[in-house]
Amino acid sequence: MPLGILGRILGRKRKATDFKAEIEAHLQAETERLREQGLSEEEAHNAACRAFGNVTKAQERFYESRHWLLWDNLSRDVRYSLRLLRKSPSFTLAAILTLAMAIGANAVVFSVMNALLLRPLGLPREQSLFSVNPRTGVLSYPDYLDLRARNRSFDGLTAMNVAGVGLDTGHGASLTWGWIVSGNYFDLLGVEPYIGRFFHSSDERGPNSAPYLVLSYGYWHDHFQDDPDIVGRTVQLNKHPFTIIGVASSEFHGTNPFVIASFYVPIVDQEQVEGVNNLDVRETAWIGTVIGHLKKGVTAAQAIADLNSVGSYLEKTYPKEHQRMTFSLEKSSPFMGSGMTVGAQAFLGALLLLSGLILLAACANLGSLFSARAADRSREIALRLAMGSSRTSILRQLFTEAMVVSLMGGAVGIWFSALLLQWLSAWHPLPRYPVQVAVNPDANVYVLALLLSVISGFVFGAVPVRQVLQTNPYGVIKSGSTATIGRRITARDALLALQVALCAVLVTSSFVAVRGLMRSMRSDLGIEPQNALLVDVDMNTAGYHGDQIAVMQKRMLDAMATIPGVEAVGLTNLPPMTLDCCASSLVFTDSTTDLKDANAVTSATQFSISTDYFRAAGTSLLMGRAFTLSDDKNSPRVAIINQHLAREVFGSEAKAMNAYFKQPDKPRVLVVGVVEDGKYGSATEPPQPAMFLPILQSPATEAWLVLRSKSEPQQTALAIRSKLHGLDPLLVSSTETWSSGLAQSLFAPRMAAFSLGVLGIMGALLSITGIFGMAAYGVSRRKRDLGIRIAIGAQRSEVLQAALGRAVKLLAFGSAAGLLLGILASRVLASIVFDATPRDPFVLAGVVVAMALVGLIATWIPAQRALSIDPVMLLREE
Amino acid sequence: MSTQNDKERLELLQGTLDLLILRTLIFGPQHGQGIAHAIQQTSDKELLVEHGALYPALQRLEERGWLSAKWGTSSNNRKARFYELTSAGRKQLVAETAKWNRLTAAIGRILESKEA
Repeated sequence: MPLGILGRILGRKRKATDFKAEIEAHLQAETERLREQGLSEEEAHNAACRAFGNVTKAQERFYESRHWLLWDNLSRDVRYSLRLLRKSPSFTLAAILTLAMAIGANAVVFSVMNALLLRPLGLPREQSLFSVNPRTGVLSYPDYLDLRARNRSFDGLTAMNVAGVGLDTGHGASLTWGWIVSGNYFDLLGVEPYIGRFFHSSDERGPNSAPYLVLSYGYWHDHFQDDPDIVGRTVQLNKHPFTIIGVASSEFHGTNPFVIASFYVPIVDQEQVEGVNNLDVRETAWIGTVIGHLKKGVTAAQAIADLNSVGSYLEKTYPKEHQRMTFSLEKSSPFMGSGMTVGAQAFLGALLLLSGLILLAACANLGSLFSARAADRSREIALRLAMGSSRTSILRQLFTEAMVVSLMGGAVGIWFSALLLQWLSAWHPLPRYPVQVAVNPDANVYVLALLLSVISGFVFGAVPVRQVLQTNPYGVIKSGSTATIGRRITARDALLALQVALCAVLVTSSFVAVRGLMRSMRSDLGIEPQNALLVDVDMNTAGYHGDQIAVMQKRMLDAMATIPGVEAVGLTNLPPMTLDCCASSLVFTDSTTDLKDANAVTSATQFSISTDYFRAAGTSLLMGRAFTLSDDKNSPRVAIINQHLAREVFGSEAKAMNAYFKQPDKPRVLVVGVVEDGKYGSATEPPQPAMFLPILQSPATEAWLVLRSKSEPQQTALAIRSKLHGLDPLLVSSTETWSSGLAQSLFAPRMAAFSLGVLGIMGALLSITGIFGMAAYGVSRRKRDLGIRIAIGAQRSEVLQAALGRAVKLLAFGSAAGLLLGILASRVLASIVFDATPRDPFVLAGVVVAMALVGLIATWIPAQRALSIDPVMLLREE
Repeated sequence: MSTQNDKERLELLQGTLDLLILRTLIFGPQHGQGIAHAIQQTSDKELLVEHGALYPALQRLEERGWLSAKWGTSSNNRKARFYELTSAGRKQLVAETAKWNRLTAAIGRILESKEA
């Protein structure tokens, strides 16, 4: 028997012709035998055949026994389906696109969820890894040490935080990001170094006692070209010598793959790494995320109780610092301990729900498309039934067709989503920060997408089943379509109206957002970002303090001015409209004596700027003078204010000139100039009051150089770097054009507009396929009716009304409801996008046109079909 | 042989054809027509074997490995496909025969029992 199976697998199959030959041999032998009994040749042959029974049936049974049937039917159904689909490309395209979109959306959302919440971090014993989150306030380093020493539930606790440092490996310092971690970090996580060694708890002997650096594999690969002799090398970290002691393995990405870490340093070096020493501060100095492995057999609830008892000990011992110390645990995930996980869960849950709804709507639409097709093919189906085909085989063919469409749609959807996700993964949303969106799809995502396509294939393939089962071949062939006019409002109609409404909401919102964005882009920024470069110089990591800063800043300004092509150079503590902006200060009138918060006139954004800043930034000075070098510490305080502040405090720009105002805890300030209004926090904010103070009177360690230059930005950036390097090789700087810096501040509104746009397009596509399916179905069902109308002389418009009235009505109702809802929803948008108002004729007209377009596209083909019905043909056919 | 009395013959019970084929082949290799003939003769023409059903059954038994088959020449010098019991087929025959005997004995007991 095993031989038989083996033979079958190896293809040593008995051929059907061989079987046929055997039967023929049998019939001949039998004929011969009967002839010997005295029958005539003909009688003998007939008798032999009679005794044999149905030859064809025997051959069929032989054929079936070869197990070819299933595959045969399948490949025949698939070929037939493909042929049918090719015959109606618009249907196929609509179906595949609808499904691709729905599956793609689900794959993307699930992929992000997978990366954020589900995918393991790739660390040993991950199931027992938890972060310890204080319910209120933050954990300081002394708190952490106490927790570590006094708890009985964890196999050790480690603290970790992200740090940015100026790292000089011999080619000048550059801003580099990594983790600052407690000494037991690597031992607790249970990872081994790729080369060299890791640091341990035993290396910690007080502040700055462990100048050791462990590199990440990626940084070692990129900056040291996999140099195996790296261990023992000394590099400058914020001007302090650190020894590289090891390299982590390529699989190790800490506990958060979203942070691109270049190094790991011990937390005891906090002063050298972060510039401040908070190791002995018990109050409000966050040390970072604290994580640890739960001991075997300890439940999360027991651990929390244990931690809370340590907390109550701390409350008693340090009543001044700690009022209440209770804890919660969070399972290991990239953002554990940051308080982001819950929000991310809620957000992704909502997204998943939305994409699930999209899939459901897509299935409903495809269901009605397939119903329409089945109705179109009712004659063909009836014929096949009449000729003896079983309903099962017809249904099998219809299901195969649905499955072919769903798999093709799924494949396209996966392809699109994989492209999008790969692009996302390579994307650094915030150029200055070490963040990556590590959401590459993995096997889970592909399996889910495949599963979803198969399930949706079954779901929408099942819609026309009843229709086929009820087909009565006699009735269909006799009288054409057997359709009866259905109930007035079906569930499908309601669903479709809902879809149209949803689509209209999304279209309205995206129009509002785009319009608002356009308007805020046009409105005056108060600066001229073209031809301006922004240089972020971190003087802190280069070790400048106190009076050295102003001196160095002056030297930098002078050096920049010598770069060819530079027209003006300015300095500001914070550039407007970047993520770092802004600080603000309360403003009091000169006559106010009691400077308490309630008496303030307003709160104004405050900048510290150098003399030539306005010229470099392209801000026009409307009145008065710019600052001079003599506006320094020894002279009276002066300020330049913007128009908005001038009007708010003094009533008008003219009255503000040479008047005084007050700030908390400082001498009164003389207004020496008024500049135009601008945007400060973000490009989308409403007009804000702002004041500019001379940097010599209000020094700032953070300083951004603004260079106005007509030369090529790349070249100027190189010149800037070499000039700064010439001044001090340890200065960390980064240069970007001001325009690209602005892009960051437009990030949120742009993303909002973009995602609304994508959702709007999805909604529109769904509505199109939905209405298309319904209209096409309606036309095929009422072909006869329409044919008769045409025959008795109905006008084109009357035919169209009869054929598409229902679809158009649905579209109109849905759109109106959606537009109304969209206008309401746009109030929410106003908080993201400045000037987003739905009471805008452009928006209203845009939505109406868009929805009309949706309707036109969706009903075009059915309308053509309704108009092209030829009553003569119809009569002949039926 | 005439075909007039076909209607009076017994139709085979489901599944019994396999057993009869195996049993017939115990006397040596035989071709399909021979098997059909042998069954009819041995059963005193009581059993009706539709020849058309015989060949798919032979094919099935061959696939299960209970029979082996090869083309050969019949006694009257015609080409025919000869079937032969394999050792697995012999074992199967023993098992099936035992099963059949138990089944018929049990049914017989029920049919002949006096009490209802």
